[in-house]
Amino acid sequence: MSAETPYTIEGTNGGDVTLVLSGRISLDIFGDLSSRIDSIFDSHTPAKLTVDLAGVDYLDSSGALFLVRLEDEAQRRSVPFNLSGMSKEKMGILSLIDRQSLSAPSLATKERPMSIVEQLGAGTVSALQDIYEVVSFSGELFYDLVYSAAHLKKVRWNDVVSYMKKVGVDGLPIVGLISFLLGLIMAFMSSLQLKQFGANIYVASLVAVAMVRELGPIMTAIIVAGRSGSAFAAEIGTMKVNEEVDALTTMGFSPMQFLAIPKVIASLLVVPVLTVFSSIFAIMGGLIVGVLGLDLTIYTYIQQTMKAIEIFDITSGLIKSFVFAMAISAIGCQRGFKVRGGADAVGNATTSAVVASIFLIIVIDSTFAIILHYI
Amino acid sequence: MNTEGPVIKVEGLTVRYGDNTVLDNVSFEVRAGEIFVIMGGSGCGKSTLLKQIIGIETPAEGRIWINGTDTTELDDMELRKIHMGIGMLFQSSALFGSMTIGENVSLPLAEFTGLPADDIESIVKMKLGMVELAGYDNHFPSELSGGMKKRAGIARAMALDPAMLFLDEPSAGLDPVTSAELDVLIKKLNEGIGTTMVIVTHELETIFNISHRIIMLDREARGIIAEGDPRKLRTDSDDPRVTDFFNRRVTEKKNEGMTT
Ligand SMILES: Nc1ncnc2c1ncn2[C@@H]1O[C@H](COP(=O)(O)OP(=O)(O)OP(=O)(O)O)[C@@H](O)[C@H]1O
Ligand SMILES: [Mg+2]
Repeated sequence: MSAETPYTIEGTNGGDVTLVLSGRISLDIFGDLSSRIDSIFDSHTPAKLTVDLAGVDYLDSSGALFLVRLEDEAQRRSVPFNLSGMSKEKMGILSLIDRQSLSAPSLATKERPMSIVEQLGAGTVSALQDIYEVVSFSGELFYDLVYSAAHLKKVRWNDVVSYMKKVGVDGLPIVGLISFLLGLIMAFMSSLQLKQFGANIYVASLVAVAMVRELGPIMTAIIVAGRSGSAFAAEIGTMKVNEEVDALTTMGFSPMQFLAIPKVIASLLVVPVLTVFSSIFAIMGGLIVGVLGLDLTIYTYIQQTMKAIEIFDITSGLIKSFVFAMAISAIGCQRGFKVRGGADAVGNATTSAVVASIFLIIVIDSTFAIILHYI
Repeated sequence: MNTEGPVIKVEGLTVRYGDNTVLDNVSFEVRAGEIFVIMGGSGCGKSTLLKQIIGIETPAEGRIWINGTDTTELDDMELRKIHMGIGMLFQSSALFGSMTIGENVSLPLAEFTGLPADDIESIVKMKLGMVELAGYDNHFPSELSGGMKKRAGIARAMALDPAMLFLDEPSAGLDPVTSAELDVLIKKLNEGIGTTMVIVTHELETIFNISHRIIMLDREARGIIAEGDPRKLRTDSDDPRVTDFFNRRVTEKKNEGMTT
C-alpha cells in the first residue's frame, strides 16, 4: 500500500468538497482507501461531497465498493453526495453492487461453540446413534447376504473376484512381510528367556500357538482394515458424494446388493486365507531364528510346531478371522454409505472405518477369548 | 473494447490423451478486453482447451502465450504469478467442499491481499450479491443446487477482479432469467473493468448478445471449423456444421445414425 494518499481533496473545508480520484482504483488500494473514509469526513467536514472520477482509468468492483461505502457514510452523516466524471461503463460496475446483499444476513448460521455439558450430551447421542446405525446396517446386510445365498446368480461375481484380488492377492505381500518379521521377533525375544532353561525347542511352540490362535487373525484383520476397510469406505463414500449411489437406486439396483455384497463376500472368502498365510509366514520367521540361532534342525522345529497346535486352534482362529472379515467389510461399507457432503466427509468416513474396525476387532477377539475359555 | 493485440495466443496446439488426439494443430488469438466464446459439440475438447490455456495441463505440441509470456516453458512459480491474474470457473464448479461458500470466495482475498477481515467480508458479500447468492456465505457447497454452485464458482473466480476470466459453461443449470442476468454481469464486468472473458457456452442467447468473437471446435476435425463474429457466421457460413449449430438443426446424417 502506498504511503501517500491515493486521492487529492479540492474545495473548502466545511463547504463543497471534491475528492479527486485518479489512476487505478482497485483491490490493491481498497483497504487503504476504505480506512480513510472516516478521516475524509472528519478532517474536511464537507457540507457537500463530490467525487471526481474523470481521471480514473481503471475501476474494479472493489473500487466501486469503496464508492458505495463512501456514499453510505455520507448518507449517515446527511452530507449530500454525488459522483462526477463517471463513464457509462463505470456506472455499469457500480450498478452491479447490490446494497441489500452487502448487509444481507447469512441464511445459515455458523455453528456456535458448545459448552462442555452440551458436547458431552451431543457426543453420547451421536455414539448411541452410531451404534444404532451400525446394528441396523448389519441387519440389512445380513438379510441381503441370506438373499444372495439363495439367489447366487444375482451376486456380481466379477466384482467379487476383483475385490478378492484387491483384498487378498494385493494384500498378501504386506501381510506376509509383517507376519514373517513378527515371527522372527517373537522367536528371538522368547529364545533369550527360554535358552536359560535349555527350553529352546519351545520357541517353536510359542510362535505357533501365539500366531495361530491370536496374533495371526488379529494382525491380518488390522492390516485388512487399514488397506481394504478404508478403501471400501472411500469408494462408496465418493460414489455417494457424486450421487452415483442415487443413480444406482434410480436405475432399480439395490446399492447394498450392488456395492456392499461383493465386498463382503470377497472379504469373507479371502481374509481366512490371508490369516493362514500369516501364520505360515510367522512360523517361517520363527524357524529361521530356531535354525540359525538355537541350533534346531528344520525337522525338529516343524515337528514341535505340529505338536503344539491342535485342530481346535486352527478352526477357532479361522472362525475368528471370518468374523473379523465380516466386521471390517461391513463397517467399511456402512461408513461409506453414511457419507453426506463433500471430500472431507469421505476422509472422515475412511478414518472412522479404520478406527471402528480396529475397535471391533479387539472387542470380537476378547469375546472369543472368553467363550473359548469356557468351551 | 480496445484493440491492444492478443492477450492469449495459441499456436499449433495439439492435445493427446494416450492415442486419442483431441485437438490437432489449433491456433487462435484472444484480444484484450474481448468476450471470446469457445463453442462446439459435447466432447470436442472445449474444457481441455481451457485447461491448456491456463497451463494446468501441458500440451503435446504447440505454444501458448499469455500476456506475451510463453506459458508452456514456465516453471511452477512463474505459472503461479500468471494464475494470480486469472479467474477460472470449472465445469464442475470445483468448490472446496470443506469450506463454506463465503470461505471459498474469501480464500484468494485472504491469501493475496492482506486486507482486514471485515473488508474481505464485505467484498465477499458484494461478489455473492453479484451472482444473486446474497446470504449464502455460511452454506456449504453440498447444501447448494447445481446452478447455485456454478454461480458460487463464478463469484470465486472473480474474487480478485482478475484481468482474464475463464468460464466453463457458466450458464449450465441456470434458468433463462438467471442466465440472462449472468450475461449482464459478464457484459458489465467486461465493459467497466475491461476484463477479458473466455467463455465455453452452448447458450445461443449469450453468444449472439454479448460475445465479440467465437471459435467453433469440432470433434471429427479435431480443431477449429469456424472463427469470427457469430452474427455474421450464422448467416454467411456455408459450412453446414456451423449453420446447424447456430440454427439448432439436426443434419440428415445424424438423424439416420440415430434410427439405425
Ligand atoms: N483426463 C482425460 N483422459 C483421457 N481423455 C480425456 C481426458 N479429459 C478429456 N478427455 C477426452 O477429451 C475429449 C474432450 O473432452 P472435454 O472435456 O474437453 O470436452 P468438452 O468439449 O468440454 O465437452 P462438454 O461440452 O461435454 O463439456 C473427450 O473425448 C474426452 O474423452
Ligand atoms: Mg467441458
